[in-house]
Amino acid sequence: MNERFKTALSHRLFWPVAVLVVMLAANTIYRPGFLAVEVNNGHLYGTPIDILRLSAPLILVALGMTLVISTGGIDLSVGSICAISGAIACLHISQAADQNNPVTVFTALAMALGAALALGAWNGVLVSVIGIQPIIATLILMVAGRGLAQLVTEGQIITINSGPYRAIGLGHFLTLPLAIFIALGAALLVAALTRRTALGMIIESVGGNREASRLAGIRSGRMVFLVYVVSAVCAAIAGFMMTANVSSADGNNAGLWVELDAILAVVIGGTSLAGGRFYLSGTILGALIIQTLTTTVYAMNISPQTALLFKAVVVIAVCLIQAPAFRARLARRRRGNPPPSAPTPQRQKEEVTA
Amino acid sequence: MRNMRMSLAPRRAVAALAAVLLAGSVAACGNSDTGASGGGDDKIVLGFSQVGAESGWRTANTNSIKEAAAEAGIELKFDDAQQKQENQIKAIRNYIQQKVDVIGFSPVVESGWDTVLKEAKDAGIPVILTDRAVDSADKSLYKTFLGSDFVKEGRLSGEWLVENSKDATGDVNIVELQGTTGSAPANDRKKGFAEAIAADPKLKVIASQSGDFTRAGGKQVMEQFLKAHPKIDVLFAHNDDMGLGALEAITAAGKEPGKDITIITIDAVKDGMQALADGKFNFIAECSPLLGPQLMELAKKVHAGEEVPPRIETEETTFTQEQAKAALPDRKY
Repeated sequence: MNERFKTALSHRLFWPVAVLVVMLAANTIYRPGFLAVEVNNGHLYGTPIDILRLSAPLILVALGMTLVISTGGIDLSVGSICAISGAIACLHISQAADQNNPVTVFTALAMALGAALALGAWNGVLVSVIGIQPIIATLILMVAGRGLAQLVTEGQIITINSGPYRAIGLGHFLTLPLAIFIALGAALLVAALTRRTALGMIIESVGGNREASRLAGIRSGRMVFLVYVVSAVCAAIAGFMMTANVSSADGNNAGLWVELDAILAVVIGGTSLAGGRFYLSGTILGALIIQTLTTTVYAMNISPQTALLFKAVVVIAVCLIQAPAFRARLARRRRGNPPPSAPTPQRQKEEVTA
Repeated sequence: MRNMRMSLAPRRAVAALAAVLLAGSVAACGNSDTGASGGGDDKIVLGFSQVGAESGWRTANTNSIKEAAAEAGIELKFDDAQQKQENQIKAIRNYIQQKVDVIGFSPVVESGWDTVLKEAKDAGIPVILTDRAVDSADKSLYKTFLGSDFVKEGRLSGEWLVENSKDATGDVNIVELQGTTGSAPANDRKKGFAEAIAADPKLKVIASQSGDFTRAGGKQVMEQFLKAHPKIDVLFAHNDDMGLGALEAITAAGKEPGKDITIITIDAVKDGMQALADGKFNFIAECSPLLGPQLMELAKKVHAGEEVPPRIETEETTFTQEQAKAALPDRKY
């Protein structure tokens, strides 16, 4: 029993799960009905469902971000891509005679996805072909993309009234929000492609050492290009969800700062920012933690002035508790005899075990 | 060969980037030069620097100023600062060099204007602020500040609620959706509303959270309010967009907005007015962007050297559902 507990404790997902459970427990103590789920209009209705639905876009963006970070890069442009794709889709639908026509909605989605592919390719070319540092390369689109989104919407909020489009954000399937299934489907697809084939390991090896991977016969540049395109497509789908959720496209605010939340989700999930190994399940858990944190602020009615501080404290706690170096130091202090020159666990680039 | 290509590629990229940036700045300069011909003739020349085009409200504001200038026979030099202070300072310096008669601008941020305003004052060009204030200690740097009184908007909303819940028995539970934390409209509207509802002890704000002035934010917060508080009678949102987002959350909770929950918002943009006319909102206090005519009148006055009060409020009104139905057909924004 003790042995089994130790195995669980050393599992890399133990601490994120513990944090999530603690947050949910604290909420339940504050308001016993927090976890209650009831049936309303034939759908499940309750705070846990809200958390799942609202974290769906973040999960999508963070999935793409995980792959990008795994190659040692970073994609700051995802928030702008969310705004652009949502704006293009909503603009096309708003101009149609019949907004409920599935063909119109399908065309709108195809157009927006096409734009996202182009933007992702732009990022990919800047990083892999031209060789600009990822943080700079994607910063261009992060800033310019907001302008592009506003250009599409002409600075207005485009309100639409389209049943099929709305369903992406608010529809239901088997009593659960459709958005959850879309995010889950994307996660399973990415997991299958990276973990059931050699693709995942190739991405990790590029992140571990790009030049060595190239010498080993991997087309490193092509892999790097690919992850930025995937990231842009994930962001575009997330953009559909965000805009469908409120049936309107706001070029200024849709997906604002989502890139930072996504990076945080990836880090909480255990993927190193230096690249190398990546953990999809950890990322999903990270996204759930971030959304639960936001919902907690509203549910506990923490005043907006202190909410940011509260979030910061929790995030710092999560990151510290996640770090093996910090836990080791804490454990030594508890034992009371700090060894003078104990080797601190280094965790820069994680090695890839084949 | 390969090596050469590798070393050339980044340089080529930098050149391309520089070209793009250059094109952008040239285009930006072009913006501020529209209208040409400096002062000199007897037509008043007004140089105006706008914040940007970040919302429908702002676009309506810009159109109002352009239309009013044409109507009043004032030559307008218009510049869009794209939400950057340095662009605005550049535009104001341009106006000073061109010796315009009056300078007007909506400051992007509150601080950092003293130097450029002093330059305008030394050049003898009067300055009018619109919509947003600056925090300069020296009030002589500008002639007047024309804009909405956010506290009053909050107070009008609160007073309407006090008037309409006279007959209520028992507590009236209010939830509040605040604007972006720390922003002037959010602080002032909250303050005005709180002052007004203090008149009636039945009215209680049971929860208040920031929805960041966005639909998505308003919706997400309202979803949690509805779950945490079984009895919500009134929603007060600091702008229409948050109220519109909250509508969806209320419907999803199986309640009827406008009937089960009374909804009060501020701004009166078109989508908000539509919701009010449809009976989903109950009351909107206007925050009007149509200050063009007032601005032109002021420009003429300060140009003629007349004294103007240092603070002028935009002409604004409030809307009930019936008034919204009447006003909606010729709503400009």
